Amino acid sequence: MNAAYEFVTGPLAWIAWGIFLLGSAWRLISMYQLAKKKDASSWAFLDLGFSLRSIVNWLIPFNALGWRKNPLLTVTTFAFHVCLVAVPVFLMAHVALWTEFFGLSYATLPDNVADIMTLVVLAACLVFAGRRLTQKDVAYITTGKDWLALAIVALPFLTGFLAYHQVFDYQIMLIAHIVAGEIMLAAIPFTRLSHMVFAAFTRAYMGSEFGGVRHARDW
Amino acid sequence: MHPPSLWNWEPGQRVILAALKSPEDCAWVEEPHASPDGERLASLAALAEGGFSALVNGEMWENTFEKAWYPRFSPDGRFTAIVQQDGMWTLAVDGAAWEESFDYLWGTEFSAEGDVIAACIQSGGEYGLCLNGAPWETLFENANQPVLSADGQSSAAVVQLESLKPADLDDFHKGVFGVAVNGEAWDANFMNVWTPTFDPQGKNVAAQVRTSLYDYSIAVNGKKWAGNYGCVWEPRFNPASGTVVAPVRVKGAWGLAQDDQIIWEPRFAQCWHQVISQDGKSIAAIVAPQFGQFTVAVNGKPWSVSLPVVTDLSIARQGEVVAALGCADNRDWRVMVDGRLWDGVWDMAWAPVISPSGGHVAVKVERAGRQTVVVNGRVYPREFTKVWEPIFSPDGTKLLIRALDKDAFLRIVAEVGRA
Amino acid sequence: MGITERLIEDAGLRRGVSLLTPEKIEKTIVAVLQGETGARLKTYAETCMRCGMCAEACHFALSHPGDPSYTPAGKVHQTMSVLLDKKGRVDPDFIYGMAQLAYTECNLCRRCVHLCPIGIDTAYIMSTVRRICHKLGCTPQYMQDTAHSHASTFNQMWVKDDEWTDSLMWQEDEAREEFPGLRIPLDKEGADIYYSVIAPEPKFRTQLIYQAAAIMHMAGVDWTMPAQTGWDNSDMCMFSGDFEVMGRLKRQHFESAQKLKVKRIVMGECGHAFRSVYDVGNRWLGWRWHPVPVIHAVEFYWELIQEGKIKLAKKFPGPVTIQDPCNIVRGRGLQQKLREVTRFLVEGDIIEMHPNMEHNFCCAAGGGVINCGPPFKNVRVEGNAVKAEQLKATGVKTIITPCHNCHGGLHDIIHHHKLGMDLKFLSDIIYECMEKPEA
Repeated sequence: MNAAYEFVTGPLAWIAWGIFLLGSAWRLISMYQLAKKKDASSWAFLDLGFSLRSIVNWLIPFNALGWRKNPLLTVTTFAFHVCLVAVPVFLMAHVALWTEFFGLSYATLPDNVADIMTLVVLAACLVFAGRRLTQKDVAYITTGKDWLALAIVALPFLTGFLAYHQVFDYQIMLIAHIVAGEIMLAAIPFTRLSHMVFAAFTRAYMGSEFGGVRHARDW
Repeated sequence: MHPPSLWNWEPGQRVILAALKSPEDCAWVEEPHASPDGERLASLAALAEGGFSALVNGEMWENTFEKAWYPRFSPDGRFTAIVQQDGMWTLAVDGAAWEESFDYLWGTEFSAEGDVIAACIQSGGEYGLCLNGAPWETLFENANQPVLSADGQSSAAVVQLESLKPADLDDFHKGVFGVAVNGEAWDANFMNVWTPTFDPQGKNVAAQVRTSLYDYSIAVNGKKWAGNYGCVWEPRFNPASGTVVAPVRVKGAWGLAQDDQIIWEPRFAQCWHQVISQDGKSIAAIVAPQFGQFTVAVNGKPWSVSLPVVTDLSIARQGEVVAALGCADNRDWRVMVDGRLWDGVWDMAWAPVISPSGGHVAVKVERAGRQTVVVNGRVYPREFTKVWEPIFSPDGTKLLIRALDKDAFLRIVAEVGRA
Repeated sequence: MGITERLIEDAGLRRGVSLLTPEKIEKTIVAVLQGETGARLKTYAETCMRCGMCAEACHFALSHPGDPSYTPAGKVHQTMSVLLDKKGRVDPDFIYGMAQLAYTECNLCRRCVHLCPIGIDTAYIMSTVRRICHKLGCTPQYMQDTAHSHASTFNQMWVKDDEWTDSLMWQEDEAREEFPGLRIPLDKEGADIYYSVIAPEPKFRTQLIYQAAAIMHMAGVDWTMPAQTGWDNSDMCMFSGDFEVMGRLKRQHFESAQKLKVKRIVMGECGHAFRSVYDVGNRWLGWRWHPVPVIHAVEFYWELIQEGKIKLAKKFPGPVTIQDPCNIVRGRGLQQKLREVTRFLVEGDIIEMHPNMEHNFCCAAGGGVINCGPPFKNVRVEGNAVKAEQLKATGVKTIITPCHNCHGGLHDIIHHHKLGMDLKFLSDIIYECMEKPEA
């Protein structure tokens, strides 16, 4: 069991982070090159100010028309994304690993808060899944890729929660949790999760077109 | 008076007309037009009692017409207007209407010397051209994009050869358009034909064609190039070799093809308005090396300066000078000559004029509502209410400036060296 | 649910599909996807989280509650997503449905942009689907005929060269009875304003040319109209996917203005034509911006009012409501100026529809949908029940909308739902209310 733990926190972690970082960089660079080559008449209009204007306006809950028209999803998605990022980054156990391996140390979330936030993520995943199953307009457009993305994101939180509360075998659950987290990292550049890499740019482009050319809001 | 060698090239200024007056019997007088030699100023005039005539150097034409429009001076200095008489349309030349008249007439064009005047006509719902009043023997269901050869001996237009029923896709796809030269249609039909153009001798005609919704090419005398392209623009004949040069689009980028062979690799975001020197050795075109950046390429090599918009390209007869205009947002006009920007930024500029010999360039420009000319980069030291495009003497040593100063019409001959 | 359950017979689509083979389909789709699309389509296809938020955006979806196949993502799901998943290996019947959906069930109005957190431009995706349909020769008959007219005459209604100037002179003659000395100056070099219109104006809405001339005359504007082609700023080729002819049309338009050395182009009250000259056609030609400034009539009238050049003899009796045309609101942000002009002209309230301004609902005629002709009339009339409800809720009798397509679309909605409302262009009202010479 120790050997397995060593492996998933050692080589496998390097591989997962490598795929995530290098994969994301490669996707960004190749997309940039493609945009320069094939989307010149769009690329030319990218504008930092209007990009930020659009991004900021969409980062405010219930500010954009889309958020106002979909209140349940708005609450869910904001809570989900905040917790999705904050828990893995600021979890005490995770920071301990950074300290152990690299001597890094920074602020952490109290465990009980992280625990609740994990439940928020899982609850949000249930909402997402529920919409996909019961809401006709979402069910109609849902594909296997969407379920896969949801599963990839839900699993690290589910396994982490179970491990923390020592449900089932802690060691096995811990390893499962680490593997699930590594799968998520590695999947980011190559699944629907790539919106983490690209969304800022699609938003920025739309903001630039609406701000610089169409002189209208895009939120 | 014609040709320019016979014009008065004595340096100095003459007042041709001391004041633009609106005679009392005119309801209004329209925009003034200057004759090429600068000896006459003419305007159409609406008469108070109804009908139209023209004022030439202040003198009213003897004839009046129900309507008159499209005033133009011919290169040989005759003042023409499209006029209506008894509900029929014809052309009035120096006040005298052609004997022939038509249900409609428009689009006056002149031969290089001005001796032939052509116009589009519609007669009984059929379309064609007429030359000096004589219509084509055959008229067509439609005729547009007319063109007259330089010597005026030949005329051509895109013509519709068969009727189309409303929303008839099948017949359109079979091709109902062609080119008629002197009223005689090419054997070949195409889905579409655009911009027929004559060679300098007026013997051959090239045009853009489309044989399907997606296949573009060039046809010469009705025979299509073998190659198809994503798109094409207007062809031009090489005056020396007789080959046909046209911009072509390949895989989303523009280049130039000559007789169906690529001569400028398609690598431009745009390439059009190609001009060719008389010796055929220099080809220049307006190009966009990148999206949104335009310049001029000479023999495939773009200038290093670029602007958002480039227009009005011209080349000297022997190719020694290439000139164009550039601007941003239709303001801040610059004159571009041989890859360099002249000093001076203008609210508007007109097509550069290159001297027949000597490689001089003159440009009509406007700033803050006042107009003048710039010659070889130097601004003429006087501004006017309005100027017409300057004209060089045949030897290139003098420049004719036709100008309105307040409401006096002036004819100024300036020496190019001192302009 | 989906397009296959609501196919409508159209001669153009049927003709195109009958000439297709699976090989041609695959080759064409791959050629467009690889040759003409890039990072935009790729990121949109990949990052759409299928969240369904856009369902609330689309008037077609809102007018068909419970049918998700009308939602923006639902439409992409039935078209582009399939093409990408199957790498173009689809059959001719699929193309029929895809074309019908892309041409008649999406107005390219871009309202869904306001509901997509990621900023996916569904209109771009549907335009690309249309581009593929065009390349496959599968376009609705009436739209394709309009595209043929554009290619053959440089205007959308087969208007011949003589008919253009003849119509202008006829309107000039008529207007001189009321406005002595009025001119429609043709080919006047160096004019401040080049005024361009769409072909339905000389063809059967000549009163709009009359009114424009009257306004120009009374406001003392230095203006001109071109005597030759280039005068029609409309562009069904932009919507059919025939970008080559779109570029040809826009080149003719801009170069005819450049040749006359005018300062600016002012265009009549049309939305789609504005999109074409302001935002789309110029780009295909390599121009980052329109090479001659393009001003929509709303902005032009606004300027004239600011300068005190429009003088009213009376005000138009309100209340009125305003239909915001997508292409000048989401496409140019003219919503406030439209209201300022309206307030200047109207006595009484502007009863707003909700949502409005940038968040307005399209008329369902735009994006070329009305140009697909009679077979698809019900698609857009029934597909915009929400607009009928919006209009009814205002309780007013007069709708002001500065767009030809909005007029066409709302006219049919008003008739179908028996709303008994009148439609007005701004120029209708300016002409009716402005000071005129003593008779």
